[in-house]
Order: sequence, then C-alpha cells, then structure tokens
Amino acid sequence: MISQFFILSSKGDPLIYKDFRGDTGGRDVAELFYRKLTGLPGDESPVVMVTTGGGGHHDDRHFIHIRHSGLYLVATTSENISPFSLLELLSRLATLLGDYCGSLGEGTISRNVALVYELLDEVLDYGYVQTTSTEVLRNFIQTEAVVSKPFSLFDLSSVGLFGAETQQSKVAPSSAASRPVLSSRSDQSQKNEVFLDVVERLSVLIASNGSLLKVDVQGEIRLKSFLPSGSEMRIGLTEEFCVGKSELRGYGPGIRVDEVSFHSSVHLDEFESHRILRLQPPQGELTVMRYQLSDDLPSPLPFRLFPSVHWDRGSGRLQVYLKLRCDLPPKSQALNVRLHLPLPRGVVSLSQELSSPEQKAELGEGALRWDLPRVQGGSQLSGLFQMDVPGLPGPPGQGPSTSAPPLGLGPASLSFELPRHTCSGLQVRFLRLAFRPCGNANPHKWVRHLSHSDAYVIRI
Amino acid sequence: MPYLGSEDEVKDLKKALCNPHIQADRLRYRNVIQRVIRMSKLDQWGQAEVLNFLLRYQPRSEEELFDILNLLDSFLKSSSPGVVMGATKLFLILAKNFPHVQTDVLMQVKGTLLAACSSESRELCFAALCHVRQVLHSLPGHFSSHYKKFFCSYSEPHYIKLQKVEVLCELVNDENVQQVLEELRGYCTDVSADFAQAAIFAIGSIARTYTDQCVQILTELLGLRQEHITTVVVQTFRDLVWLCPQCTEAVCQALPGCEESIQDSEGKQALIWLLGVHGKRIPNAPYVLEDFVENVKSETFPAVKMELLTALLRLFLSRPAECQDMLGRLLYYCIEEEKDMAVRDRGLFYYRLLLAGIDEVKRILRSPQSDPSLRLLEDQAERPVNSWASDFNTLVPVYGKARWATISKCQGVERHGPELPNTASFATSGPLIPEENKERVQELPDSRALMLVPNHQLTAECFEKTWLSLKVAHQQVFPWQGAVHPDTLQMALQVVNIQTIAMNRAGAQPWKAYLSAQDDTGCLFLTELLLEPENLQMQISVKQNKARTETLNSFISVLETVIGTIGDIKS
Repeated sequence: MISQFFILSSKGDPLIYKDFRGDTGGRDVAELFYRKLTGLPGDESPVVMVTTGGGGHHDDRHFIHIRHSGLYLVATTSENISPFSLLELLSRLATLLGDYCGSLGEGTISRNVALVYELLDEVLDYGYVQTTSTEVLRNFIQTEAVVSKPFSLFDLSSVGLFGAETQQSKVAPSSAASRPVLSSRSDQSQKNEVFLDVVERLSVLIASNGSLLKVDVQGEIRLKSFLPSGSEMRIGLTEEFCVGKSELRGYGPGIRVDEVSFHSSVHLDEFESHRILRLQPPQGELTVMRYQLSDDLPSPLPFRLFPSVHWDRGSGRLQVYLKLRCDLPPKSQALNVRLHLPLPRGVVSLSQELSSPEQKAELGEGALRWDLPRVQGGSQLSGLFQMDVPGLPGPPGQGPSTSAPPLGLGPASLSFELPRHTCSGLQVRFLRLAFRPCGNANPHKWVRHLSHSDAYVIRI
Repeated sequence: MPYLGSEDEVKDLKKALCNPHIQADRLRYRNVIQRVIRMSKLDQWGQAEVLNFLLRYQPRSEEELFDILNLLDSFLKSSSPGVVMGATKLFLILAKNFPHVQTDVLMQVKGTLLAACSSESRELCFAALCHVRQVLHSLPGHFSSHYKKFFCSYSEPHYIKLQKVEVLCELVNDENVQQVLEELRGYCTDVSADFAQAAIFAIGSIARTYTDQCVQILTELLGLRQEHITTVVVQTFRDLVWLCPQCTEAVCQALPGCEESIQDSEGKQALIWLLGVHGKRIPNAPYVLEDFVENVKSETFPAVKMELLTALLRLFLSRPAECQDMLGRLLYYCIEEEKDMAVRDRGLFYYRLLLAGIDEVKRILRSPQSDPSLRLLEDQAERPVNSWASDFNTLVPVYGKARWATISKCQGVERHGPELPNTASFATSGPLIPEENKERVQELPDSRALMLVPNHQLTAECFEKTWLSLKVAHQQVFPWQGAVHPDTLQMALQVVNIQTIAMNRAGAQPWKAYLSAQDDTGCLFLTELLLEPENLQMQISVKQNKARTETLNSFISVLETVIGTIGDIKS
C-alpha cells in the first residue's frame, strides 16, 4: 500500500507528485526525500530510507525508490510492506510510463504530465494496485502522448536498444522502438512492428594466471510489440537449446543454460518438442524469458588480457604492458570497449604507446582508462603505459628491482558491447506472426542479439 | 483492496479467515483457498496480496498444513520475485514446527534469490542481498557454493558492495576461504577509502576462524604505508588479539613501523593499547610510546591521552627500567598541565595507585589479555529460522535489525492508530502460541482481547527509565523447579511476542530476567522474573504504563502459560 508516489529529475526537481491516501505530509516530502538522499552517510543505503517527522507522530514514513534513466521514482509508505513487491511495482511503472510516453526521461515526462497522472489514477487506487497491464489500461486512457519529433524508421543517427542500457549499437533500427505504444491511433501504418531482443549480461572473473574463476551469463528475451493485442506469435529458439546439466539435444555440444523462467503468458506446449514459444503478447514491453548460465560457456570468452608489469622500485617507475586479444569470430566486433585499471596511489605522469590511433588512454580517479571504440574479432591490440610512482614502498623482504606488481595495481575490468553475438549461443531461429493485417503491409519484425559486460574482471 | 476485494472468492476467503466456524470446516476452507489461488485474473500483485492475507490462518492439523503447502507450491516457482518471497514467508511461518520443511523451501527459492542478487535493477539486488544475509544467519552454509556470485564489480554502487562484503564474510567456509580472501584483498586497495576499510574489517572478522591466512594478508597491507589502511589494520589487530590470543606473536612482529602512518584517534588508541598490553614482546615498544609522550602536548584527542596513560603504566610493570622516566613525565604533565578533567583524574588516580605500592598496581592492572569467550556474544551463530520468519519479505532485513529497532521504537511508542488487518506483519498473539498450549490459552477468559504487537523492540535504557518511573501493578508467584534454561525461555517468550531485555546466565543466584511487551493499544508491560535459590518458585512483578486490569490479567495468564510450559518440559 503506497501513500504517495512521485518522480524527481536527476537534479531533484519534482516532475510528478501524487498523494493517494492523504494520510501523511504534503508536497514537501519530495524535497525532504531529495535532501535525505544527498545527505546520506556513506555506509547507509539509499534504497529504503525512513523519516520521522519532528513532532507529529503520523509523519513517519519509508521512502523506497528506484533510479531509472536518470529519474528517481519514489514511493512512500507507512507500513512494513514487502520490499520486493514494491520495487517490482516501481520498475513496472517505469516500463508502463515508457510504453505510453515513448522512452522514459525528464523531457518526455514533463511533456506528458496529464497522461502520467491519468495512468497513475488507473493503476493505483487509494494506494493499492489495481492493474498494471497495458492491455487493460488502454481502455481507460484518453490522453495521447506528446512526442517531441516525428519518427523516421530509417533515422539511424541515434541508435539504441529499447531495453538494454547501452550507448550505441548499430544493430537496431533507430528510435523506432522508443516511440509510445499507443499514441498513434489514427496512424495505422506505423503500428505493425515487433521488436525481439536477446540481451545477455556477462560477468567474468579471470585469475592472474589466466584461469577462469567465474563466468555468469544472465540472459533475457525481451519483446516490444506494437501489434494489435491478441495476435498470436511464435518464437523459435535454437533447437539444441538445453535446460539443466543433464538434458541432451541434437548431436553437437548443445546450447546449455542452467535455469529458465518464462513470463506467465507464454504457452510452452511446443517448447519440449521444437523449442517454440507461443504467446499472445499484449502491446508494450514484455520479458518473455529469462535464463542463467554459469561456469560452463560453450564459446571462448570474448576477450583475453595478457598484462606484463615491470616495476622498478628504486626509481619509482612503473611500466605496464597490456595486450588485449579479442577471441570473437572474425566477422563480429566489439564496440565501446573500455579498460579500467586501478593504479597505486600517487601516480603522477603517464606516457603511452598505443597500437592504433583511434584508441585513447588517460588517468582519472586513481585509475587508468583505456578506450577502444571498436575491436574486430580475432584482432590483437596492445598498449604500453609508463608511470611514475614516487614513494611507493615495495612488498617487504624483496629486492629493489622486481617484476612483482605493487599492491594497489589492478584488477583490470573491461566493459564492452557485442552486437549480434550471444555468449550462450542462443539464437532466435524465427519469429512468426499469425496475424492477418487487413489492408496493411506485412508487419515489420526486428530480431536483435546483443551481449554486454556486467563485470569483466581480470586480476593482475 | 478494491480490485481484488470485488471478487467473490476473495470475499469468501476474508469471511472464512474471520469466522472460526468456517475455519473449522477444513474442506470448505480448502475449497476457498483453492479457488482463490486459481483465479485466472490474479496478476502478480493479486497473488502477493492473497499470500499476504493467508498469513492470518493457522492450520488445525498437520495434514491440513501440508495440504495448504501443496496448493501453494506453484507460487514458489513464479517469475516475479515479490510473489516468490511472499510464498516463502508464508511457508516459513506455516511450517514453523517443521525445520526440515523450512530448509527445503529456502533451498527451492535459492535460485530466485541469487537471480535477484545479480539483477540489473540495483535496488532489487540490494533487497535480495539483505535477505540473503538474513537466511545466512540461520543456515550458514546455504550459499557457500555460490560465493562467486557475491564478488563485487567496480561499477556497482557503494551500498551494494558493502552488502556483498558482509555476505562474503558470512558464507566463508573451508573450501572457499582461499578464493574469498583473495577477492577481499583486492578490495582493500580500492580507491574508495570507505570500501577499503570495510574490506579490511571483513578480513578481520574472517580471521576469527581462519587466523593465520588473514593475519598474513593484513600484515602485507601494512607494507603499503597508507594512512587509511594502516589505521584500520591496527584496529583489526587489536580486536583480533583480544579474541584469538594465538595470533599475538604474528601481530607483535608486524607492528613496528606502523606508528609513522597513523594519524587518527581510533588508530592511535588501538596501537597504544597493543603496545601497552603486549609491549613485552615488542622490542621497540617503549620508544614508540616515548614519542607519544614527547608529543602529548600537541595531542588533540583526550581518548588517546587516557589510553596512553594506561598503556604506559602497563608497560612499566613489565619493563620498568625503560619506562620509569617517561611515566614520571607523563604523570607530571597530566596532573599539572592537562586541561581535560577526565585525563587529569585518570593521571591522579594512577599516581595514587602507584603510591599504594607496586604490588597493588600489579594486582589491579594485570587483567587478562584476551577473552575468547566474547566471541560468542558477537556473532550469535545459527539463530533459528523462526526468529526471523515473520520479518522475511518486509522492510526489517533491508534496514537491518538494529536500525529497525530504533525506527520502530520511535514509531511504536507513539503510534497506535487502527492497524489495517491485512498487513504482512500482523499476527495475533493467540494463534502464535505453540500448538500444545493452544487449548489452554483459549480456555482463559478474555485472552482474545489482548494482542501483543510482534517486533516490539525496546532498548535497555528506555526500559530502565520506564521501569523506574512505574509502580508494580501486579506481583505473583509461580511454582518452579530446578534451574533455568535462559535460551529456551527466551525463545518461548519470543513466540508470544514478549521481548527479553536482559537475563542472567543459567545458574546465577539469584536468577533474574527483565521482559517487555506491548499490546495493540500501545500499553507497555514490563516484567521482572526473580528466582531465589532456595524457594522453589518464580516471583513475577509486572508494571504497566496504563492502568487496565483486564489486559493485565490476560497478560499475566499468557506469561503463566509460558512459564508453566517451560517448567513442565523440565520436570
């Protein structure tokens, strides 16, 4: 049960404020929340915060918030409720607002204030959830979304997947996916589109001797449908897709994942035999399937790092040579690769020799940052970095010149995106629609695959 | 609940939950539950809501209990974490007498919790981590094989990293200790000083079990000579030496040289304490302390000066020749020039003590140098699942038990607005009484009228203040035989929502315990239990902050039941 809900911009300006129960406080709670958030001591978490209003004993309330695309979505409650349900509700609200207003952001929210209030009125009543289904809600929503600029399908300048938080990936058709689901009632021609994304997050830990300590893949199949609801859809996955350690399919090594969970609207009657998911998606965004895979990756890891560190304790000179090998297939490439290497305290100067001109390296926040905008599969890149570390004492009991890395160096972490590549090997074979458009062209179907790094850590 | 409440099934269920006659009819009740959970329109919010109000039902028999659990099993596999956690809580509470069922349920939801811990939503991840810690309190080995999932990545926010470090500390075991320590060592040199210090403290707490490896890592960290690291390492050493005396030798060897890179009060105090207590084994201890004595005039922290006085006097006992002169100077300074009264008094006290003769000083100052028994107090290992089951999937684990106690203290005393009956934490004290006592409680008149609030927390100070300000409202004597088992009694009292404030150890004579409870109108009951060694009876004195005879009587009868039951078990 929620008392209030509000949305703040990243600077703390209230964009939306809604009081459901009128039981506590007034509008100033939004300001109070932001003040609390910014003045929080370092060891306390901001996710859940409590405020005890000065004198009045009815002023106690808990703030629970999520951050989503730079906005704070905050709910207040005075009860000891389930944090999981409330956090889920907040993220669902974020998705819902995204569905109705186009992509979520400060601009879209302030342009669509009326629509947002209308939505909140329908979703929550007296602080209780009524429904969050896009399908049910569209019967009650009258306001049309205000969109800043008309969309062009072939506008490839600002490219982004609708779900994954990635900066650039030249795989998806522009901002088409970030338009509101229900805005264009009159304009039927744009409606028939469906986007299917297979997004994987990869977290890896590699020991200093190169052995693999941890691999963890979190995958999702996300669907954003602009089709009229009720149209059936069949998604065919790779036939060799196996769930669990023991199952065996096909003749090859198979595409194996540890655990799978499906959205409740997915029919699985053809899943066992043909790996086909059948569903009638509502309009809007939907996570069709989630899966996890750990410790056993079928393909080689996308990157290997071969560091060599030379450290002269006498002169305080630290030399780091990094060789980065990309083990993707030659046709694939990795984008926005960034290597982050924490350095010992007191590093003063950096001289660098990089293997190609488009790379860049700089020092910042006690770490070395090496940016590689594009790395082709099978290629090898290197960088030689020399730094001065005055006054850094060595490990006790060792000679003046040693190759052992000083404490405080490493571990290196990489962040990157791999368009058209899934680490688990899972692919969408086909996406078929049983939808018969009346007088319209065939619906556009977009299937995209993407992996990106969550934490790719290499110890040195 | 306008959306769900309009459904007929839900209305039925609500009626059934309120009406004891329908509750008694098992088949009808089962039907209602079955219809509710099969409701096709029920989305995840509805499911969470239904699970929430099923908490209010207390099954009559074992058979019925398992029947309900079977009906609800599918919720444990839901794709929404909120529903899974709601179901888990319900299972844990219903199966409170079946520990193996509870363990089994926690096993089943392990996957969901772990997935939430690596979720893209930081906030969900945080809530899940807090609940993982909660589970680990009772089942220490539960996540040990998944320790890699709790390694931090540098891009994560601070509050998640701190939680993960705590989790790593708690799940460490023989198999993963090597890997966990290696990972933690990496964090110790993190650019964020706060996080680095948290990691060092974490290694310190692992060191209570795996001393040698940890002390080695900590010693290496001293080699960095960085202020924020050295000070925390020395503090960790101090606590460690006190708890695990076997590592004293290693610590003493590592200490020389530290004094150069410690500037803050906490670190200085720790170092001076170590030099004072274990100065015998550190060759240069007097010279380090001498530096501190030389600079005592410019020392800003009074606590450091106090520590210095005590340490130097201790060292004087073991190495008199080297310390006599500077002890004299320090005492002179403290008595003649020091402005801080506490330091001056301490100086005067030691001066008079020295006048009383060296044997007297030795007798007083040679206290034990370690106390391994304190360890058990710090981590009350393996608390039963039932002690936190009602807090599961609420805000309590997210805030942390200690912070929640302060929050609800502020709220609990002031707030007694009408509680809505369908909240998660709501449970009456009646049905929570163990099965075997149930009939007895229900026979008592008016026992329904009293509802003790669960999760009632009162600090010891607050208790003391209230206790002293009130008069005894009721005094009674119950028969009692033999010794007391404080743990059993405390657990039994917790079940009926009576909080134990303080209790003597078993076998103490006379044995005393102080209890507190609060009912739903905000009325506080403060109780003293007193067991004299000779009399075979327990004397109870109850104080109440609002004079109400009827609730007082029912409170006493609840207490009587518990004490009677515990007495029965033992005799």
